[in-house]
Amino acid sequence: MEREGQIRIPSGCAIAAVISREGRRMSGEKIVRAMKPMHERSNGLGGGFAAYGIYPEYKELYALHLFFDSRATRKECEAFLKEYFEVAKSENIPTRKIPTITDEPIIWRYFVAPLPSVLANLQLDERELVARIVMRINAQMKGAYVFSSGKNMGTFKAVGYPEDVGVFYRLEEYRGYCWTAHGRYPTNTPGWWGGAHPFTLLDYSVVHNGEISSYDANRRFIEMFGYKCTLQTDTEVITYIMDYLLRVQGLTLEEAAHVVAAPFWSTIAAEPDPARKEELTYLRTVFPSLLVTGPFSIVLGFDGGLMALNDRLKLRSMVVAEKEDRVYVASEEAAIRTMEPEVEHVWAPAGGEPVIVQVKGGER
Amino acid sequence: MQIIAEGLEHRAINEIIRSGEGPFTIEGCLGQRFIAAGMSDCDITINGVSGNALGAYLNGATITVRGNAQDAVGDTMNEGRIIVHGSIGDAAGYAMRGGSILVEGDAGYRAGIHMKAYEDKAPLLVIGGCAGSFLGEYQAGGTIIVLDLAERASDRPRRIVGNFPCTGMHGGRMFLRADCRGIVFPDQVTARVIDDFEREELRVLLAEFCEVFAYDVDEVLSVPFTVVAPDSANLYRQMYVTN
Repeated sequence: MEREGQIRIPSGCAIAAVISREGRRMSGEKIVRAMKPMHERSNGLGGGFAAYGIYPEYKELYALHLFFDSRATRKECEAFLKEYFEVAKSENIPTRKIPTITDEPIIWRYFVAPLPSVLANLQLDERELVARIVMRINAQMKGAYVFSSGKNMGTFKAVGYPEDVGVFYRLEEYRGYCWTAHGRYPTNTPGWWGGAHPFTLLDYSVVHNGEISSYDANRRFIEMFGYKCTLQTDTEVITYIMDYLLRVQGLTLEEAAHVVAAPFWSTIAAEPDPARKEELTYLRTVFPSLLVTGPFSIVLGFDGGLMALNDRLKLRSMVVAEKEDRVYVASEEAAIRTMEPEVEHVWAPAGGEPVIVQVKGGER
Repeated sequence: MQIIAEGLEHRAINEIIRSGEGPFTIEGCLGQRFIAAGMSDCDITINGVSGNALGAYLNGATITVRGNAQDAVGDTMNEGRIIVHGSIGDAAGYAMRGGSILVEGDAGYRAGIHMKAYEDKAPLLVIGGCAGSFLGEYQAGGTIIVLDLAERASDRPRRIVGNFPCTGMHGGRMFLRADCRGIVFPDQVTARVIDDFEREELRVLLAEFCEVFAYDVDEVLSVPFTVVAPDSANLYRQMYVTN
């Protein structure tokens, strides 16, 4: 079978998310159920979830989730990992055999800490080291793919409908303060396990509905900074853009939103607040190659929060709602009401208007 | 006839409506799409959140939603009535050419996009709250009315219409219950305060909306309205070809 990068097929998709502002942990059961009313937005070629706060017992360690095509690849990759990390635990990710999910690769997770000697030698901070190792494995080690690499969080994805993927990974057994979900309807690439959403790097995860037309312009720019887009899917490039803007450049979430979904120049010209006008002008001028055009609605998950964002023209639907300490996001209101029938304050954010929710007390 | 929506997908719901005896009430609707697509001569009430493309190609049926409706309500509808006691998603009334959509709350982006008229058909879209950006994009006919009756709307900061209303508009009319200061319209349309004749026209156009949602039409009409219409018959001359 041809994989991502070898073929392009000429997306509808479904996204959903829930976060507790209080950091209260919830099982994955509801977010899995939320994907059911949006079944028709996917075609069975990809589903996935990101969960934050699920590994409190290993919260100081990076949780690496990997797909392998063979035992030999796994052994090779493990030898490579041990050159850079102390591996505190390695195990199969528990799954359930179900008829709707087939052809699974070998799915493994490692809880690791970068070796201090390596960090000292390379003079890198540990997040940069982990990012580089992930890039190296994904770009160069055939048959191995890191699909999750943050602390106290994890991504779970597969080829299948999202509601089945959730059952497959036993997500009802995990408890997280924030969950994001995706149902895939690939239009440009074949469905492979690695190509399902969320796309992640470190604790950043992105689920995306849409198809960005600026993919190549964005990719050419971001690859100058060491990122390798291996899958030709637009979501991967959004993930790296967010990592670059937030972690490497140190922008705030709102600033990053104004880079990728920058307002039109005419809208900036009409902005009444001079400080805001200057900021918007500055961001568009400094990062013109990171403007993401074409339809998208995304949820960016990160340590301690999430950000939901639409393209500036709002070419994809996205609804937000609240109930007590929880905030919900989804492509359709029906998905939100599946999780919480009695939600309050249902609204549709404007295009380019980020909805940022952070857990009380910040990162955890 | 009552239809319990839980566990039913849209095909099953539409099949029950087609073969059953109306009026119908759908209970616990949760995102099932294409409800009543293409239907004529029936009366359907939906409790819950109706899915995308509610009443697409509607051909005379009456639909009442007690709750919010999602995207593309009344897509390409030809005749009939859709009443939403809540808000609606994006692209409501996409390319509709007849019938009416009456919404108590807000509309998302691109409401009335490609709306048109045909011979004696004159579609009507009334939004009780506010509308998102690109309202009436490429409007070719029919009437869009936005009322911003804020007392029933959400508490979020709002404008009667978002950015870029009437982009590409070349037919029909839009009425906004506001003086529209600060709203930028494209060069090809004219926005002005309504005259007495248009106020009387509005009284007729809004009669059903006011009856359904219990508003006093005189009160609704007691503030300034703006009417927007394309300038002339050939607005986009030489934009694409020399014509």
